[in-house]
Amino acid sequence: MAFQALIVDDSSAVRAFVRASLEDADFARVQEAETGFEALRLLAANTFDVVIVDVNMPDINGLELLAFMKKSPRQQGARKILISTQVDGSDSKQGAELGADAFLKKPFEVDELRSMIRDLLGSAEEVSR
Amino acid sequence: MSDPRDNVQQEFLAEAQELVEALSRDLLLLDEAHHRNERIDPALINEIFRSVHTLKGIAGMFGYKHVGAVAHALEDLLDDLRLGRTLVGPQLLDVLFDSVERFQRLLALEDPQSPEEEPGVQAYIADIRSIGTEPEAEEGDPLDKYAIEPAVLSVLTEYEEHRLRACIREGLRLYRLRAAFDLTAIDDSIETLRDVASDDAEIITYLPSMEGGNEDTIELVVLLASRVPEEELKAHFEGRYGKIEAVQERTHLPTLPPRLTSIPSAAVSRGPQSEEDQSQASIRSVANSVRVDIRKLDHLMNVVGELALVRSAVDRIVDRFKGESTHRQSLMELDRIGRGFERQLSELRTGILDVRMVPLGQVFNKLARIVRQAAREHDKDVRLVVTGANTEVDKLIVEELTDPLMHLVRNAIDHGIEPADARTRVAKPPEGTLALNAYHKGSNVVIEVEDDGGGMNAHKLRETAVSRGLLSADISHELTRQEMLNLVFLPGLSTSSEITDLSGRGVGMDVVKTNILRLGGMISIASEQGIGTKITVTLPITLAIIRALIVTVASRTFALPITAVREAIPYVPEEVRTIQGREVITLRGETLAICDLADLFGFRGSSREEGRFVVVGSMGNRELGFVVDGLIGQEDVIIKALGKSLSSIRGFAGATDLGDQKVALVLDAPALFTEYFDGPDALRALETRL
Repeated sequence: MAFQALIVDDSSAVRAFVRASLEDADFARVQEAETGFEALRLLAANTFDVVIVDVNMPDINGLELLAFMKKSPRQQGARKILISTQVDGSDSKQGAELGADAFLKKPFEVDELRSMIRDLLGSAEEVSR
Repeated sequence: MSDPRDNVQQEFLAEAQELVEALSRDLLLLDEAHHRNERIDPALINEIFRSVHTLKGIAGMFGYKHVGAVAHALEDLLDDLRLGRTLVGPQLLDVLFDSVERFQRLLALEDPQSPEEEPGVQAYIADIRSIGTEPEAEEGDPLDKYAIEPAVLSVLTEYEEHRLRACIREGLRLYRLRAAFDLTAIDDSIETLRDVASDDAEIITYLPSMEGGNEDTIELVVLLASRVPEEELKAHFEGRYGKIEAVQERTHLPTLPPRLTSIPSAAVSRGPQSEEDQSQASIRSVANSVRVDIRKLDHLMNVVGELALVRSAVDRIVDRFKGESTHRQSLMELDRIGRGFERQLSELRTGILDVRMVPLGQVFNKLARIVRQAAREHDKDVRLVVTGANTEVDKLIVEELTDPLMHLVRNAIDHGIEPADARTRVAKPPEGTLALNAYHKGSNVVIEVEDDGGGMNAHKLRETAVSRGLLSADISHELTRQEMLNLVFLPGLSTSSEITDLSGRGVGMDVVKTNILRLGGMISIASEQGIGTKITVTLPITLAIIRALIVTVASRTFALPITAVREAIPYVPEEVRTIQGREVITLRGETLAICDLADLFGFRGSSREEGRFVVVGSMGNRELGFVVDGLIGQEDVIIKALGKSLSSIRGFAGATDLGDQKVALVLDAPALFTEYFDGPDALRALETRL
């Protein structure tokens, strides 16, 4: 069965890229959110296997969404990937504290994203067993 | 099936284009605020940063190496700017403005990795990096003043933290607003909150909290900074939103433990919504707009054309039965239904046309950049006044309009508006004014480019035209002033650089005119020496539907765009003479070349008898009479492309359905003019003359 994924990014090109990468060969079903608010709406009503969040968004940023998911009972099972363009790692440090499971540096490749998700969800299955 | 990657690539280009346009728009606002010594809104700088940041991110993912490299360097610069490490100044603005054109060019490259671009890109990046930073004066962390929970600080981005510090330094107080929002309508509610806050407070961030939320609502803690006294702020927000409280200031340095007690959420101030309201709100907030490939709209327009054909086919059947009394009732009903169908169809057509429309403001923004650039190059003070930026025109026209308008604006500044000292000498304000006005007039849109510069010298234009052999001296003395001004559109008159200063108008006005004519438009000029020049461009609102004169040639039907037609007169074979190998007639004392469309298209057996017409076409300064067999009338027609295999045939703009199962070819007037005057036949005619 395909994974349920959510991509939160204010760039429509990035969302389209992630969707095309993940929906290929029915790897995952992807829902998109353009803003943090839209993400909150989707997170309140759906359960996701993996949530991919860009750090740098206006209003509600990626870190704030991570903090929210950490507390949200519905999203306890979700694996969280934080996307960032920063190299220095201050985002990753903050992100890790807020429960991000992996970090993806922009620009990234299709394979990178897919294998990251495969790794994350593989370990999730083991945990649940 | 198309490759999904192609669509993603399209998405990238569309978004990149939008980002660059937003960048350009915001830079103009920044420039204006700087120019007027106004306080620069941090949100504006952040917007500029965000555009470049996003562009950098996506350029990297889609292999636009140069765009990514330039965006990266700019992002660093803009990050310094938004974090207060560097200040807005002329050098910085120049570098930023430079980026817009550069991005546009790099995005248009066939090979986005092209090594040829490398040196230029690197030189530009060096320019960007040459802008230094100024060390921030550190005098203790202002954040220490407040008891902000570490949990809050941990989710702030560097920029949000910076804004927080900057606000405290400026003496603003911090507040927390707790409010529950209905998830289906959250975007609208936040928009309203922003409006309410705009004058009184800066919103630092929104923190989603788990308290007081469920599937339908969420509680947000909004961190605000404001100068307004607490009581006033309370009165302002608390009726509408939840509870507002001041963030505690620390009294002693190691102080009270962070407040962790939660305050019960206040009810949302919105009244209960009807189900309909809710569903509307949720649809609206998911997506406000979609991007559509214009070809899809062309396709829909074709479908509308097909529907019109179906409708007229039904009409013909109704007509066939009209004489019979037995079906009178049903026929009347059919007739009524048919009229209803017609109304809906016309609404559908208007609707599709409406989707194609974009505001001229898109072009005006580009022009504003040119104004700024040209004014700097010539060291002139120019104020740009824009009216009617919301006037809408077909997307395709907007695309084609940019270049001609850019020429006009450049000319107005290069050659029209005088330097400040020259203006002062003639008692004009030192700052010149360039006005861009747009408005609708019937089914046309009018765009004026007006300057209060030195105006054009009509007599000098005439002298130049004569000295270049474009005009005989005899005729030149009969010209009216307006006709002398119109000489500026002659090919060969204004293309040379030395002419520019003496005509007051320069580069390539003939090219501008040709481009406008190609769009089915017109251009006219008004100029007073010493007072200024106004160029008026009139264009059809859309190219998808045009008004055409329907004519017949050898029993075939053709449509001639009305914009190219001046008049139609009866054709009198006896009046035709041959001059220099070409057929001409005399119309009101002027010689008019005529071209028999039946001959041009090679139709044999064309009736050469009386009752034919000459349709006088006019393109720029040229006139040509098209001889046709009959005139049917004027009609609004939808032009359809001819398809790949026929698209290389010159002389036809496309085809159209006339509603009675007849297809007419739409004549391409500019192409026919070119074919006649400059094509192989024209060369042959020249040879016979020699």
